[in-house]
Amino acid sequence: MLLNQFLLLAAILFCIGVYGVIARRNAVMVLMSVELILNAVNINLVAFGQLHDVTFGHVFALFVIAVAAAEVGVGLALVIMIYRNKRSVDLDQVDLMKG
Amino acid sequence: MIATLLSQFNMLAVESGGPVLESSGWLLENVWLIPLIPAISFVLIILFGKKAPKEGAEIGMVSIIAVLVLSFLTMTQWMSARDQAVPTTDGEAAVAVLDQAVGGSGEQAAAGDSVDDGAGETAQSFEAAVDAEGGESGQYLPVVRDTDWWSVGALTITVGTMVDGLTVMMLVTVGLVSTLVHLFSLEYVKGDTRFTHYYAFLSLFTSAMLLYVVSSSLLQMLVAWELVGLCSFVLIGHWWEEKANTDASMKAFLTNRVGDIGLLVGVTILIVTLGTSDVLEINRLALNGGTSHLVLLVASCCLMAAVASKSGQFPLHTWLPDAMAGPTPVSALIHAATMVVAGVFLIARLYPVFWEGLSIGTSSINLMAVMGGFTTIMAGALAFVQRDIKKVLAYSTVSQLGYMVMALGVGAWTAGVFHLFTHAFFKACLFLGAGALSHACHHSFDMKAEMGGLRKKMPLTFWTFILGTGALAGVPPLAGFWSKDELLAGAWAGQEQGYPIIFIMGCIIAFLTAAYMTRVIWLVFFGEYRGHDHPHDPPLVMALPLLVLSALAVIAGFFNLPHTGPFKNLPDNIAERFLHYVEPTYFEAFPVVKHSGFITWIALLSIGLGLLAIFTTSMYYKKCVALGVTELPNGLTKRNKLFAAGYKFLENKYYLDHLYTGIIAGGTKGVIARATNWFNSNVLDGIVNGAGRSAVAGGRWTYKNIDQGVVDAVVKGSGTGSSGVGQLLRGIQTGKVQQYGALLFAGVTVLAAVFIVVV
Repeated sequence: MLLNQFLLLAAILFCIGVYGVIARRNAVMVLMSVELILNAVNINLVAFGQLHDVTFGHVFALFVIAVAAAEVGVGLALVIMIYRNKRSVDLDQVDLMKG
Repeated sequence: MIATLLSQFNMLAVESGGPVLESSGWLLENVWLIPLIPAISFVLIILFGKKAPKEGAEIGMVSIIAVLVLSFLTMTQWMSARDQAVPTTDGEAAVAVLDQAVGGSGEQAAAGDSVDDGAGETAQSFEAAVDAEGGESGQYLPVVRDTDWWSVGALTITVGTMVDGLTVMMLVTVGLVSTLVHLFSLEYVKGDTRFTHYYAFLSLFTSAMLLYVVSSSLLQMLVAWELVGLCSFVLIGHWWEEKANTDASMKAFLTNRVGDIGLLVGVTILIVTLGTSDVLEINRLALNGGTSHLVLLVASCCLMAAVASKSGQFPLHTWLPDAMAGPTPVSALIHAATMVVAGVFLIARLYPVFWEGLSIGTSSINLMAVMGGFTTIMAGALAFVQRDIKKVLAYSTVSQLGYMVMALGVGAWTAGVFHLFTHAFFKACLFLGAGALSHACHHSFDMKAEMGGLRKKMPLTFWTFILGTGALAGVPPLAGFWSKDELLAGAWAGQEQGYPIIFIMGCIIAFLTAAYMTRVIWLVFFGEYRGHDHPHDPPLVMALPLLVLSALAVIAGFFNLPHTGPFKNLPDNIAERFLHYVEPTYFEAFPVVKHSGFITWIALLSIGLGLLAIFTTSMYYKKCVALGVTELPNGLTKRNKLFAAGYKFLENKYYLDHLYTGIIAGGTKGVIARATNWFNSNVLDGIVNGAGRSAVAGGRWTYKNIDQGVVDAVVKGSGTGSSGVGQLLRGIQTGKVQQYGALLFAGVTVLAAVFIVVV
């Protein structure tokens, strides 16, 4: 089993995720992209755990998945609130913190 | 609580009636209670006044009545102490002997044996008096009780109370007028939005004024002086919604600042050169050669500036007429009876300093007498051209204050202080009368447009006003006659020499005063009513103070009946009571002044001048009333160009306001601005090139500016710098989450690249 393939997959997923976070204007898409980033990390964790033959990686990945679920819950709640106020989920319009 | 306190006072007062020269009445030692009561009342009114059923007025009333009672108790204690110290006949004998002694040394001086600075002379006569009395000096020292406030090096500043006849007289005057004004205001400012605030500041003012008169230390007097100035400022601007009122209060405050500089400098000179802040000690040293004549001259000139501002003397009198913007009871209390006499009181209190500094005893003309004399005539003339009844009274106050200063300037100490005493009552009576008039006439003070013919409609106001006017105009036997006559006689007799010029000024103003007051009476009370209201006499709360004050305007003069001339058969315990109780007898710290006594032809002259003035003015206004106008269409000022110009000159108040605001203030502003600009472009640049050279060239003034320039630049620079950086950084704060995210990732990438390269 080649570690490289996993790391490459994770890197690709991470890049797609970062691209999504930065470039997508839809808040839901941004949240999904954040999930991609987290899953890229999970793949890395599991791959390294497998390599060293320890269970820490798996445990940690499961932990990340749990936190990610909670995070998505909060994130979607925010999106709903933004939608209620702005009638839109376009992140470019949510610039109330402009200095 | 106050009742029990009072009964305690009484008990103690009775107990401590023993030998008096050392310890005296309990209240004389503890007179600090009197200013303390209204001070507490001020705090209470400010804190709880709004919630009180009468909005704080009841607290003020209770405290001021307590003050009045205590003042009277202090007075009786002082009087009994004074009488027990020296039995009356002995006291009179001592004074008589002293007068002889002064006469003797005066003759010696006139013979040209030794005319030095006068201090030695007084000391000589004092010793002579002591010798003549056979060891019994006949002195009665003021009751001083003080404690150290703070000390710097060898100089210790004390704080405490000092009670003598002058203090007691002022306590009673302030207490009495303040009580009546408190009462009058209940009705006059009823329903005002800042009613509570008004009463609070009446209390604070009373407290400050009482503190001023009981002060034993110069610095303490200065503090109280500023406090009364502050209260004056607040109360003039009581109705600050109108710009004219705020302007007037600012003007009063700023004009007083000019004089306060003089006070500060004068007090500093006295304290530093004489090494003490104690008033009695300063007086003693000033009289006995504790410092040079020059120092005293400079100090007294500085103090005269303070007197000019506070007591409305030329050239700093301009604020006083404007101060009439305040509520009328305030004008009666502060700007007629009490605060404005603070300057006169200062002279009376520090009389030895002025006596030596301005050579009152030996000259026939001096700064104080001339300033007073000039002020009195100048203001008397201005009173003729006013339409506003309060302005007439204000100029009249300026004029009468000038009279008091003039009296003190010719050495007639008792006459000046006695005039202060009588003037407080009849002028307060007139002011409150004016208040009652405006209360009935649309809240207007315009005599020509809103008044006239009020004699029938407001009989009570009319009669009290007539009594006040009579007292002011010097109609015998009302109060003003006695004090004015004593003053004129004092100016004529003078000290070593008479003061003929000042005497003539005094006669002119006796004429002018009677004339302008007659004008007021005619305009307000005779002819046809010109307003559009239904005037009627004021309610009891306002009428009572008027009645009390007009009664005092009648009887106050009898407190100092003369004891010479036609009056020499008066019993000892009736004549010259004021002189006996008020004039200091501690000759170590008070000059031996000559008393002119009653001079019959001067009394007749002043009565004649007064009657002439009343007669001529009445003739003029009788014609006016017959024609139904307020000024004759063919009067002198209409026919004659010279008189018309004079009238215009008076109407514009001698153009003094133009001089002050336009030329002096305007000029100074422009010059300072230009000077600062020049300084910036020339000197500050020079400093950059050669700081040392410019600093030497510019001296201390330059240093101050470098300091300000550099410190300012640093402070401002850091401010500008941070705001500039802020402006720059502000661009990044777009509020767009994704841009932040991008920056975050970019940052992390860079850090990761660095990490990889380095490790």
